[in-house]
Order: sequence, then C-alpha cells, then structure tokens
Amino acid sequence: MQGTNFDFEKPIAELEAMIASLKSVEGRSKAAAEGIDIDTAVEPLELELHRVMEKVYGNLSAWEKTQMARHKDRPYSLDYIRLIFDDFFELHGDRLAANDEAIVGGLAKLNGQPVVVIGQQKGRDLKERQRRNFGSARAEGFRKALRIARLAEKFRVPLFTFVDTAGAAADLRAEEHGVSEAIARNLMEFSLLRIPVIVTVIGEGGSGGALGVAVGDRVLMLEHSVYSVISPEGCAAILWRDKAMANEAADALKLTAQYAHQLNLVDEILPEPLGGAHRNVTDMALTLKEALVRHLNELSGSGETTLVDGRYSRLRSMGVFQEKVSR
Amino acid sequence: MAVSGWFGRKRKDGSPAEGVPDGIAVKCSSCSQILFVRDFERNQKVCTKCGHHHRLNAHERLEITVDEDSFEEIDAVLQSADPLLFPEYREKLHKAKNTSTSSEAVITGTATVEGFPVVIGIADFTFMGGSMGSVVGEKIARAIEVGIEKRFPVIMFTASGGARMQEGLLSLMQMAKTSAAVGRLGTNGIPFIVVLTDPTTGGTYASYSCLGDVILAEPGAIIGFAGRRVGNQEVGVKLPDNFQTSEFQLEHGMIDRIVPRKDLPLALKTLLEFFALSAVKESVIAGN
Repeated sequence: MQGTNFDFEKPIAELEAMIASLKSVEGRSKAAAEGIDIDTAVEPLELELHRVMEKVYGNLSAWEKTQMARHKDRPYSLDYIRLIFDDFFELHGDRLAANDEAIVGGLAKLNGQPVVVIGQQKGRDLKERQRRNFGSARAEGFRKALRIARLAEKFRVPLFTFVDTAGAAADLRAEEHGVSEAIARNLMEFSLLRIPVIVTVIGEGGSGGALGVAVGDRVLMLEHSVYSVISPEGCAAILWRDKAMANEAADALKLTAQYAHQLNLVDEILPEPLGGAHRNVTDMALTLKEALVRHLNELSGSGETTLVDGRYSRLRSMGVFQEKVSR
Repeated sequence: MAVSGWFGRKRKDGSPAEGVPDGIAVKCSSCSQILFVRDFERNQKVCTKCGHHHRLNAHERLEITVDEDSFEEIDAVLQSADPLLFPEYREKLHKAKNTSTSSEAVITGTATVEGFPVVIGIADFTFMGGSMGSVVGEKIARAIEVGIEKRFPVIMFTASGGARMQEGLLSLMQMAKTSAAVGRLGTNGIPFIVVLTDPTTGGTYASYSCLGDVILAEPGAIIGFAGRRVGNQEVGVKLPDNFQTSEFQLEHGMIDRIVPRKDLPLALKTLLEFFALSAVKESVIAGN
C-alpha cells in the first residue's frame, strides 16, 4: 500500500489491502485454524495484483503520469545521487549573491571516476520544501548550476544533471534577479560545454525551469516522468479557462516520456519498477546507473569539438514544420 | 520586397482605437487621448500626448528600421505543422494567416540598416501572439547561421508571449535551439543586438532575447518571465508599479538602455558603426 493514493490506483490498493489482511497475524491464525496454508492461498491474488498493476501502470494517461511524476514519495535528485555516485561532495552558492537550495550540485565519483552532478531538488517535508522553494529555482539556482558545470568543464570531467521541477520561480525576487537571463545563459553555455553532458528527467520536467539544466548530449527520461512546455493546469486555464481540465490538457500537450521519445527529443526511456520509482528506489537507481554509465561510455571516445558540434546538431534537428509554399 | 505603404492601410492588428470611427481618429489606450490617425502614424504609433509606444506589426517595424528596398526575406516558405494534433491549432494558424500581416510569428532576412549590412529578425505579435513554435525557432536559428556565414551582425526585434503551447515540448526546445545558435554566433565573434518591444515574455524572453551583446528596449514595454498574474507571489509581497517593464528590467541590470522609437535608428547606427570598426577578422578567430 505504499503510495497507492491516486484514483487509478484504487483496484491496486484494494488487492494490496486484501493480501495484507490475509497475511497478517490474525489472518494467518484464522487460516491455520482451518488448516489452510496462507501463502499458497494468496498466490492467485498476488498474481492478480501483478496483472492489474502491469495493466494500470502500462496504460497510464498523460495526466496520470503527471501525478506519478509529482508523487510525494517519488525519489528526488539527492536520493539518486546518493545511490548512484560515491563520495558526493556538495558545493553551494552561485558566487554572486546566494545559495539557491532548489538546485544541488557537487563533485562525486561514478564507478571510481570523477564526475560532477547537478540536480533539481524538491523537499520531502514542509520545512524542506519551503527551504528549497518546492524545487523551483530562482536566478541564483541557475547561476549556481552554471558555476558548477564550469568546474566540470575546467577539470574535463563529465557532467550529469537531474531534472525535477514544476518550473522556475516566477515571483518578484526571481524577476528582480533575472531568472530569464539566468535560464537563457544556461541554454547557451550548456550548449558550448566541452565535456559530455548527460541529462535525466527523473520526475517533472517543467518548462524553461527544467530546460535550464537540461541541454546535453543525451537526454534520458524515467518511464513515468513528464516534460512539458507548460503545466497541464496552466494550459487548461488558457485553453478552457478551467484549471480542472488539466486531464484533457495533459493529453493535448502529450507530455509523456513516450511521446517525447517518439518526437526524438529524448534518447531513451528508462523502465521504472512496477508501480513507479518510489516503490523500489534501489532498483530504479540501478537501472539509472547502468544507463548513465553506458551513455557516458558511448560519449567518452568523442573529442571536444565532436561533442559540441553534435550537441548543436541535436538541438538544430528539433522541430517539426513544412518547408513549402502552401495556399 | 516592398514594405512601404503599410501605414496607409487599414489596420489588421490589435488597434489602439476603440469606439472611434475607423481611419480618422484613434484613442490612445494608455491616456485615452483622441488622436488623428495621420498624426499617430506619422509619429510611428507613439502617442503624441503621453508618449505611449503602441505595438507595431513586423512590416511596420521593418519599414521604420531598414533602408528602403534593402530587405530580402529568407525562409518565408517555412510553415507550421500540427505535430501534436493539438485542439484548435489548425484553426488558429489558419486565422492567424488571414488576419496577421506576416506568414508566421517572425520574419527574417538580410537588409541594410543605416547603410550597414545586417541579418534582421522581427517578431510579429499579430501572429498568434508572436509565440515561438518550431517555425519561429528554425527561422531564428537559420537567420543567425546566415549571420555567421556572411559575417553580418544580427539584430532581433522581439515581441512574443512566449513558447507556442500548441507545439508542446517541440516549442520548449526552440528556446535551446535559438540560444545555442546565439552561442555559435558569439564564438564566431559576430555581434548580436536585441531590441525588446512590447510585449516580450516567457520562453522568448528566457532564451535568445536575453542573450544580446547589447540589449535595448522600447519605453514602457512589458518584459518579464511569467506574467504578472501567472507568477506566484509570496504572501505580503507587493509588486512594484513598474513590475516587468523595460524600466524595471533596466533598474535591475537586465538591459542596456531604453530607447524611444524615434531614436532607435541613431542607436542602431552607433552600435553597427562600432561593431564594423571593431569587427574581428576571420583569420583571428579561425579554429573556433
């Protein structure tokens, strides 16, 4: 019953509750009294649960995926950083004005090799959420990310970024300190970094705030993560003047990893444990680590110019349009 | 391409006039003064009473910016597709093509400005709010690449509500595409001049618009990240009256100068002259 709190998870929650009650001390003693082996008895139920879960999680709508991506138990950047890398040494501050905790970053090792990591970080409890501005970085966060990315470039080590934000902060302070400029500069500067950059969208890829740390040579997405130009709620408000129509808006925006992959905007979708990354963080981290290592190996042979040119070609290829005179 | 005569025609864009007989007089939406159309247009759509800078469509902008008959449009044949089959997008595109003065939300080309050859891009707010989808991103990136190839300075006039929602993630990626192109322009030592006009917000502002070597803005233009209503303000924070205007951005160090419309030719001339004199020779930057 871990994290089954959405409508679409109801049949799963019911089955899980049934199995748990049968397997409880009380259930076991009842069964024992009637000479039934409970583990054999629940087997069909467990099979049914597995079947239902595969069906539900294999067919999530765009809005359901959005809910999964925002799940309160979903692993955040620091969870993956701790499980995938060794000796993470966190760095702080943009060297200009502040330390924006919506973005974390630092030095680490991946299978013994020095690397640099940057991640967008939401908070677990209310206090941490406030401290991290719910994962919505202001200008200071994007400048901190760039400053840390430059360290990676200076010492010629690969950079890994993890995307998980509803969007950049859009409050007075963000505007005063130039959040637009900070995002724009990262888009430009990340496109020129002379080191391998591997990006993973682990949860919410919210608009420009996500993109501000998401220009790289490879972009991976977890199976139930989303990536969108605007939130479904924002889109619904514009289209139908009704935030409650987020479900329809999510469909229209086609914001799933699967669709982004179809459009060639992301390179690979990493399968999540059945029921979502939060149900088995260790397994998810293993899958992610394997993919990061594999993509890094593919990129490691490339010279700096090849990398930068390849990254540019990659961005230049993004877009769908017609090139003809139409009447 | 002939662009003269736009001012004499019936306005196709969001006119500042309301409830006033068309063609004779307009009411300034800022100060409510009734102005003769002739005076208003002669003053480049700047209110003769309060100085409010009303929006220009791309062709009006072109006419007052480039040397006569010097503009050669490029990539005019790029047309938006509907890759997401987004609700009502086709209808909106169709309507925009019929009502806007441009075939997409930006026009790009080569021209001379005050005698200096340039690549110029002018956003057209009358086409779906100047929003940036695949075509806009592609046209801007290609224009910048022409600037690199010909070693012409690139000038962008912005006017856009942001990324075009109807093309989803593809639109978001145009932010990265255009910014990366500006990056290439920079490593080739070619200047990039941005003129922010009303309004420039969202993903358009948070990408190439913020990356000019020199960034100018017209007075009183709305310039910002998320609109006044979209942004989530902390409790108790009072927004300043000039929040997300040219003046606000100047105060916070985000732009170089506010230049009134009538002074833009001189400002551009000064900049282009400076850059022509200081142009990095090709041999110097070879190897980039």
